[in-house]
Amino acid sequence: MLDSNNGYVVGVNGNMLTVEFTSSVTQNEVAYAKIGDLKLKAEVIRVRGNRADLQVFESTAGLKVGDEVEFTKSLLSVTLGPGLLKQVYDGLQNPLNKLSEKSGFFLQRGVYLDALDFDSEWLFTPMAAPGDHVSAGDPLGYVPEGIVEKHYIMVPFAFRGNWEVTYVAPAGTYKMKECMARLRNERGEEREVTMVQEWPVKVPVTCYKEKLMATKPLITQQRIIDTFFPVAQGGTFCTPGPFGAGKTVLQHSISRYADVDIVIIAACGERAGEVVEILREYPELVDPKTGRTLMDRSIIICNTSSMPVAAREASVYTAVTLAEYYRQMGLNVLLLADSTSRWAQALREMSGRLEEIPGEEAFPAYLESLIASFYERAGLVLLNDGKTKGSITIGGSVSPAGGNFEEPVTQATLKVVGAFLGLSRERSSARRFPAIHPLESWSHYKSVVNADEIKYAREILRRGQEVNQMMKVVGEEGTTLDDFVIYLKSEFLDFVYLQQNTFDEVDAASSAERQKYCFNKVVNVLKTRFKFENKEQARRFFQELRLTFTDLNYLPFKTEEFIKQEEKINAKIQEKAVHA
Amino acid sequence: MRKVYHKIIQIAGNVITVEADGVAYNDLAEVTSARGTSLAQVIRLQDRKVSLQVFTGSRGISTGDEVRFLGRPMRVSSSEELLGRIFTGAGKPRDNRPEITDKMIEIGGPSVNPARRIIPRKMIRTGIPMIDVFNTLVESQKLPIFSVAGEPYNELLARIAMQAEVDVIILGGMGLKYDDYLTFRNTLDEHGALSRTVMFIHTASDPVVECLLVPDMCLAVAESYALNNKRVLVLLSDMTNFADAEKEIAITMEQIPSNRGYPGDLYSQLAARYEKAVDFEGAGSITILAVTTMPGDDVTHPVPDNTGYITEGQFYLKNGRIEPFGSLSRLKQQVNGKTREDHRTVMDTMIRFYADYKETLEKQSMGFQMSSWDEKLLKYGKLFEKNMMDLSVNISLEDALDLGWKIFAECFDKTETGIKSDLIEKFWPKKS
Repeated sequence: MLDSNNGYVVGVNGNMLTVEFTSSVTQNEVAYAKIGDLKLKAEVIRVRGNRADLQVFESTAGLKVGDEVEFTKSLLSVTLGPGLLKQVYDGLQNPLNKLSEKSGFFLQRGVYLDALDFDSEWLFTPMAAPGDHVSAGDPLGYVPEGIVEKHYIMVPFAFRGNWEVTYVAPAGTYKMKECMARLRNERGEEREVTMVQEWPVKVPVTCYKEKLMATKPLITQQRIIDTFFPVAQGGTFCTPGPFGAGKTVLQHSISRYADVDIVIIAACGERAGEVVEILREYPELVDPKTGRTLMDRSIIICNTSSMPVAAREASVYTAVTLAEYYRQMGLNVLLLADSTSRWAQALREMSGRLEEIPGEEAFPAYLESLIASFYERAGLVLLNDGKTKGSITIGGSVSPAGGNFEEPVTQATLKVVGAFLGLSRERSSARRFPAIHPLESWSHYKSVVNADEIKYAREILRRGQEVNQMMKVVGEEGTTLDDFVIYLKSEFLDFVYLQQNTFDEVDAASSAERQKYCFNKVVNVLKTRFKFENKEQARRFFQELRLTFTDLNYLPFKTEEFIKQEEKINAKIQEKAVHA
Repeated sequence: MRKVYHKIIQIAGNVITVEADGVAYNDLAEVTSARGTSLAQVIRLQDRKVSLQVFTGSRGISTGDEVRFLGRPMRVSSSEELLGRIFTGAGKPRDNRPEITDKMIEIGGPSVNPARRIIPRKMIRTGIPMIDVFNTLVESQKLPIFSVAGEPYNELLARIAMQAEVDVIILGGMGLKYDDYLTFRNTLDEHGALSRTVMFIHTASDPVVECLLVPDMCLAVAESYALNNKRVLVLLSDMTNFADAEKEIAITMEQIPSNRGYPGDLYSQLAARYEKAVDFEGAGSITILAVTTMPGDDVTHPVPDNTGYITEGQFYLKNGRIEPFGSLSRLKQQVNGKTREDHRTVMDTMIRFYADYKETLEKQSMGFQMSSWDEKLLKYGKLFEKNMMDLSVNISLEDALDLGWKIFAECFDKTETGIKSDLIEKFWPKKS
């Protein structure tokens, strides 16, 4: 006799199970398929009659028709609470370090561990008092968690309606699952609050007053981004590019230098080797802002390409839910997903198994709306207290097939993001890094420098490219000296400002102040009229000028050498400048 | 005793369907027909219907033939006895020697926990300057060799197999021409490398399903050797045939194709194999070199394109040489700073001059006059192509670097190279 919460397998196709059930099941409910003692986690993704289709987050090898499936009645959820920072999770929030202690080199299927160490102790300071009226997301007290001084213990997001505080634990040290507060609602229902809560990953957390316009620039310290294609705190951006164009290097640079409180990296379906670099290097690298290591402000969700495909789909949702949790504390969170194409491919694989009618390139028809709703979970919000703001900025890399941006994932992403940083193979093979294309990319956000000057600089780039193309046809000798100088100016701008050396200690990060200062200098050169006798002289002049500027890029801002180098630059400009 | 089923209700492509109970997903079965006995693997379960992929193909199978389930998935021996042996994709001996059945392990095991991986740090010397000097192969790296049909990619693989400084070579052939298979076998035998080699060979005339098994067989064996402190190099040729076999099965199973007929999970399928490359902390390592032929020299074709997103760089074989511009080893920075102090400088300078040489060639072909500098570059380019790029060159890294200096000295004077003076001082060849 089957338990009401159980069903049994009637079909297996790759990582999809078809299960017959007797009572009721919920869409997106978690279930476990049993092979002997082994339990494989799965999620309901379609129900037809008394049969449900489940995607299994593990290899399905060995499952038989008739094997038991246990439904849990709860949606796929993550565990939220202090201790999330510095963790390395897989797509289902299993801590990878603990997993390796338990099962060694390999990821054995069916092993699930607690996301947080429930035995850890935290120093609690109460903020609410009995009699206070609170609702979901309101802080009841706080505990310090590394760089987050006040990690709020909040009314769980799932508590609907208004609640009255009847008890708050006094200041002191508590374990995570101890009762920190008791709340009662209008219907007289009383519930306990601990430091831990669960939240279904596919449902956005909306315990805030309102969503605000994202206007404040998020400084990434990458010149081409902050100056030309800025990203706002609470905004969204995407970085599509072919393989070898430097998507991952760019994302790593952003994660290191971005001016945010917390960085969540979702390594979704990409190379394991790249995650390893983060895992091994971040604990060593010092974040100049806090003086602590980069790992102290990071959470890494890693579901690399050879890990189960269905968990890859879950991993981006896990990441964004963790981001929402920290935003709820008034923090600025940056979520980097590398790469959203792999997530889309996971959807495609599942859609194929479900035998749904395919859209373009066999991606499911709902791809666009899923991508849109994912990016829409970013944003700057005003919390319930009416004064604190928190933000999530989402940056997704896209790996278009063949480097062709016309494909569905890139196009669906472009519809919803606020900034498009398109990486080009042409620039990467010319070793011009970061290989963001300066003419094709765009951003809706406000730059750190004056908009008119950017317009002017882009105009030079555009005309420089025109001249360059013309030169390929008519040769240098068929080009006028004036046109040639415009071309040289555009190359100058490219080399000394757009390109940036990630591997140099100084050049890797350029502060907003430095960008304003240097961009001004560069624009001055662009606006200056020069007098040359011939093209050879012009070329030589710009080569030398370029060298003085690139040297400047390698010097720490406003130091003695920096100022000395500036004088050299000024002298160089004066050599050929024409004063009106 | 396992139950025997006699009722095959569907035969389509290489997939047969029988009605059976208690069969596990991925398990093996033996299908006995007039043509003999073949293994088959369960690839779909739907109620009582069990779909099996028959390794030797469905030709000659009749609806009344016998299907006997073995109750276990595909396995391969991981014994030391494998060394020097040659098998088919299904693990049967190809060399008329006895079957090996001890230390059986399952193929296609779980992936390595990323938290247990380490940053690669050891170079693999191959004696080929275009690899050692310019795009160093690193232990635990996964690299494809992008190539057009007709290029000597199998010769290159065979040379690497003979010369690479590793403990064990595992060679997986997929859709190999029979001649190529014999060439591999004979070359390795002549050079005495056969005794440290295990071969899983699927030739073009073998059943296509066996082709699908080759990478998994190779990598399962590689994994067990690596865990026993062996440095293993897995050579696969050609992964495009593997992808095409995937395509064939997917279409038979009526899956919706995504791009040029390839199944939507091509990326995951390739990644699951390539990502087996690993350096185990405190044990051995697996390095993967895999030939990927590009239909029509098109790098945006789904197979090379998906591969490029997975692997750590690529060797680009063109006109019988490893092209220095299209090739890239993403991991070379991890090791080439620790070989010899002039390694990076020689690498950068030689490539820079070679790029200049290419430009000069273009100028020359357009009929421009050659300056004395152009003449120097032309001389340099010819020497470089002859002494470095040629695939027959076989010298150690140190000799190759010395050779680089010699070529510099023959073509340019010290200042023209733009190399830092302390390196010039130390390495510039002294006139004897």
